[in-house]
Amino acid sequence: MTTRTYAGTEVSVTDDGFFTDPGQWREDMAPEIAREAGIDELTDRHWQVIKFMRHEFDEKGTGPTVRVLGKTSGIGVKELYQLFPKGPAKLAARIAGIHKPRGCI
Amino acid sequence: MADTIEKVSIIVSKGSLDGVYPALIMANGARAEGIDANLFFTFFGLDAIHKARHEHIKLATVGNPGLHLATWAGGLPGMSAVMTHYLASKMDKLDIPPIPEFIEMIADTGAGLYACKASVDLFGLAKDDFIDQVTGIITVGEFYELAAGGQIIFT
Repeated sequence: MTTRTYAGTEVSVTDDGFFTDPGQWREDMAPEIAREAGIDELTDRHWQVIKFMRHEFDEKGTGPTVRVLGKTSGIGVKELYQLFPKGPAKLAARIAGIHKPRGCI
Repeated sequence: MADTIEKVSIIVSKGSLDGVYPALIMANGARAEGIDANLFFTFFGLDAIHKARHEHIKLATVGNPGLHLATWAGGLPGMSAVMTHYLASKMDKLDIPPIPEFIEMIADTGAGLYACKASVDLFGLAKDDFIDQVTGIITVGEFYELAAGGQIIFT
């Protein structure tokens, strides 16, 4: 566990950069986390996924898998991988400040 | 994080349900981690990308001691279909997609799907026999070129 500073606020994250307390996350932190994860600019489509991740996490306590994202976020699997080339479920979870998803599918 | 895997090439050589799923899960899981993935279907593994057959991949109930069934019971007519159906309903509950949907999804993740030329020739098949997501029919040499610099997994 370690700390990072996003949008001027110190937060605690895991070694691979996931928030340990999703309650510390704010929307204005997302662009900085995204840049760290190799995404230079967050478009409306990125935000649609990020907001969906937060929503799913609030409801179910865990982030959705890529399959669930593809079926229910309004953005298909192909586009998800264009938006988040290094893994949509993982990257979007990190940018959305939620725990790392642990599903195998 | 000094050691990371950047690319995997997964060979699918079996046409049973338990032969196909592990490879698909590994390919999909690789893409989900941002790892490049290619799937190379050879021998009976070709059934997984065969238009008419990929919906009918069955669990092997004969010669499969892991099922803990008596050998004679595994060979009863319909046993393979029943066990396959049972497993499919369990997978559905765990949100594991059926093989056709899974393969389509893996293609959408940007993974390459390839058929082995020697096996395609052996079984008298052609490009038309395969689902549209198949990127190409390639030789073993071309497979090694694609796999260069990454890890190769044989299933």
